[in-house]
Amino acid sequence: MALPLLFFLGVRIYPALLAFNVSLHEWDIMSRARPFVGLDNFRQLAADPVFWKAATNTFWYVAITVPAELALGLAVASLIQSVNKFQGFYRTVYFIPYITSTVAVSWVWRWLYFKNGGILNQLLLAVGLPAQPFLSGPAQALYSIAAVVVWQALGYQVIIFLAGLEMIPPTFKEAAKIDGANAWQIFRRITLPLLNPTIVFLAVLGTISSLQIFAQIMNMTSGGSGQGDLGGPLNSTLSLVVYIYSLAFYKFKMGYASAITVVLFAVILVVTLVQMKVLNRRIEY
Amino acid sequence: MAEGAVKTGNVDNDGKVRAATRVKDRTWLLKHAILLVGILFMIFPFLWMLATSFKQGAEVYGINLIPREPTWANFTNLLKDTDYLRWYLNSTVVAMVVTASELFFDSMAGYALAKLRFPGRSIILMVILSTLMIPTEMLIIPWYMMFTKAGWIDTLWGVMLPGLISAFGVFLMTQFMSGIPGDLLDAARIDGLNEFGVWWHVALRLVKPALAALAILVFLGNWNAFLWPVIVIESSATRTLPVGLSLFSGGEAGSEWQLIMAAASLAVIPVLMVFAFFQRQIVQGIALTGMKS
Amino acid sequence: MRKRWQVVTVLALAATLFLVPGASGVFAKQVTIEYWQYYYESKAKTMDELIKIFEKQNPEIVVEHKTFPYEQFNQKVAISVPAGKGPDVVNLYYGWAPKYVEAGYLQPLPVDEFSPRMIENEFLPMVDAVKLNGKYWGLPTAVRALALFWNKDLFKEAGLDPNKPPRTWEQLQDYAVKMTKQDKGQLLQEGYAWNAGGQDNHVFVQVLLRQWGVNPFSPDNKKVLWNSKPGGYEAFEWWTNLATRYKVGEPEFMGDYRTAFISGKAAMMIDGSFALGTLKSKAKDINWGVTTLPVREANGVKSNFGSFWLNGLTVNARGEKREAAIKFLKFLTSPEVMKRWLTDVGELPARQALAEDADLQKDPIYGPFLAGLKYAHATFFVDETSERQALIDATNEVLLKGTNPRTALDQLVQAEQKVRDGYFK
Repeated sequence: MALPLLFFLGVRIYPALLAFNVSLHEWDIMSRARPFVGLDNFRQLAADPVFWKAATNTFWYVAITVPAELALGLAVASLIQSVNKFQGFYRTVYFIPYITSTVAVSWVWRWLYFKNGGILNQLLLAVGLPAQPFLSGPAQALYSIAAVVVWQALGYQVIIFLAGLEMIPPTFKEAAKIDGANAWQIFRRITLPLLNPTIVFLAVLGTISSLQIFAQIMNMTSGGSGQGDLGGPLNSTLSLVVYIYSLAFYKFKMGYASAITVVLFAVILVVTLVQMKVLNRRIEY
Repeated sequence: MAEGAVKTGNVDNDGKVRAATRVKDRTWLLKHAILLVGILFMIFPFLWMLATSFKQGAEVYGINLIPREPTWANFTNLLKDTDYLRWYLNSTVVAMVVTASELFFDSMAGYALAKLRFPGRSIILMVILSTLMIPTEMLIIPWYMMFTKAGWIDTLWGVMLPGLISAFGVFLMTQFMSGIPGDLLDAARIDGLNEFGVWWHVALRLVKPALAALAILVFLGNWNAFLWPVIVIESSATRTLPVGLSLFSGGEAGSEWQLIMAAASLAVIPVLMVFAFFQRQIVQGIALTGMKS
Repeated sequence: MRKRWQVVTVLALAATLFLVPGASGVFAKQVTIEYWQYYYESKAKTMDELIKIFEKQNPEIVVEHKTFPYEQFNQKVAISVPAGKGPDVVNLYYGWAPKYVEAGYLQPLPVDEFSPRMIENEFLPMVDAVKLNGKYWGLPTAVRALALFWNKDLFKEAGLDPNKPPRTWEQLQDYAVKMTKQDKGQLLQEGYAWNAGGQDNHVFVQVLLRQWGVNPFSPDNKKVLWNSKPGGYEAFEWWTNLATRYKVGEPEFMGDYRTAFISGKAAMMIDGSFALGTLKSKAKDINWGVTTLPVREANGVKSNFGSFWLNGLTVNARGEKREAAIKFLKFLTSPEVMKRWLTDVGELPARQALAEDADLQKDPIYGPFLAGLKYAHATFFVDETSERQALIDATNEVLLKGTNPRTALDQLVQAEQKVRDGYFK
């Protein structure tokens, strides 16, 4: 038992404390002086428009992807459960994007979205619609990335929803049917309430993973001589984690970057605590 | 393909009712149609990836799915000009070692926490569980500083170390281990097995499905990991597949989409083949861990 | 019972520790120094060969050559500072030098070996961009300048004389419009490979502004003067108009401007001498030429942007390592190495005598670059990455959001000034 404990102390607890410590210093990796500055980094943060841009963007990633994933996941899972054939086949195919490398699929989508010569624009033009900038337009880039996140996470949601749906005893539904309830009423009154723990679990999981969105942005909007920055044109896709990464490893401001990780930690903590409250209540009920 | 129908469990209990509803259910065609359209969305990016990877010249920007003059050149160039196979090997080593280590340590710790009584047990459990709250993002900067000092930057060891034991894994195994009846373990102890033997010979056997599920999750997670590897890795020879793919596509490939798509195909296809073989286990494993946590 | 348990953990620990790579062996009586540069195939290969020559001349010195991808290079060097594990001699973009000097990472070149007088007499004047606080902090092997590349086939196709590239910006605009192909708002071919993140960034600051009568910076480099005269606004407007009004090119077309040119989808581009290697190996299918940068009007002000990568001594080089590093630095800046660098890498020699070589001046490919060197300016960057990003953002404001170029330029100057104020505070 000693070894795992030491491991957690050394690889998780101590670095976490170190992160708090670093966040209270002006810690530029290129200079030897690392003065203690108290909460200065946090004050600077509050006045940093790029931080707020990243925070707002991250909020939108969550606000778009989580409801979309839940709604589509539940819809697809219900459809799969309600057909009698090919259930395994559907489940498997919808799951494929989830198991493939995020980096790889990000590049595939970058190519689909490509403005001049990408297939999506060619299809739009073929049916007489105007071409879209997608990732290279500040107004569309964030939605384009969010769509890929939903696309990739959908399979996981379907699997978990299917497991949840299967745990609902079929007799409940049959009884309701005999009472004359229609399909929508059954869904609304029986399926949905009984799926509540599953929904909360998936919502929290989706929220936390969207709060940490990184690889998609790094691979879909960074680089290219046109944009330069990591967070897309005019920081339109910049997320908190991408901002942390660019501050820490491109601009070497370790103290300032750590301050943002502390903020992210606080947000995730709140989400987790809320989840525990909600879940516990559900289970008692 | 037929196993889906069996697994819903409805057929066995209420076969008659089910059959009756099926006759009434005229919407089945529409449902299949919607699901098939959905599948097209799921699959099309992969088809387009494959199509582009076999194209060359102006055809790369063509709208045709089937290349008119398919070529292997992109793949051979890729293997010739990059350390692609090395990245593959690195990813495999990282994913396998971390998976083995997690199975070993997580299950051992889970067993000890669930089934052994020793002083400080609950405190240890608390400490481990509390680390679940700490997001990786918060740790990368301290890790980077610590690993720089230790000289572990740009080594596979540096890539793997943070994942060798996971709080989630320990938590999961503790959950499953507590489900094992104490009598079984006592019987084994009476038979003369020491604690290690009880864990190794008895407990592990009883949580096999959970172990398999954990293995799948850990392997997938490490195979696809990007945030920490892209920070800790420097040279081409140490890159894992996602890092190699990302840096190659963003830099060395020089906006040649056919090369990038060939690289993506090589990263995706083998995983899909493995998935095709084990899809049922993988899907069930994921559902299992999802439910438990 | 318990013992067995311990044995297992110890074994597991040992097994994991086994994976930690051992320290590399150190050879006795030899001094080993590390040299770092970013990875560029021809640069890395040539350097390996040069190191072999150097080691033969100095058998007591071993040079370890490490390269990193360009995107990560600055990061890797910077991060090695506190660790004390970095290079002894390092290859840095001149624009990064102030940050590294400020961080106390570089040591000034020893005056007895590299006297300022010698440097000023023998090297191109451009190298004074790394004269900070009155001291030189490094010297380049090679320098680079910009030139206009044009695709002769596309000129012919558009009915233009393939041997007469544009001489003025007005001509460039006319030709570019003629050679741009669009279909339903989709760009099919660029008349000019317009970009803001590539070399056009420097074209605006050091070429257009000067030709529109604006000195980009105050003599002490503390003030950004881009909008100090109406000419500045006109230059910025003319430049962004190419992309917005005339739509002759898009920054992201084909991925980046050089790829667009190499694929024969861009009729003209401005690029540095360092692109010659890539062009020679990759642009085999297209018939291209290279000429000096256009001017505003015939016989108008000529200007160019010069840049270089300096070789500097880090503070890691102490004692006998420092001696060895100085020897290596002398070797890297010797005329022999510069000649080799020109033929193998395609970058221009940093020594005046070599740059004025008559044969070289007449060379159809190197000639235009060498001509450009004579009137080239190197921008004094205090934080190259942030300064470039600000310029990209300003053009994106105009291109993607339709912001008035004048407003965008004012905001841009403000942003650039802020970066400078932070440095000179």
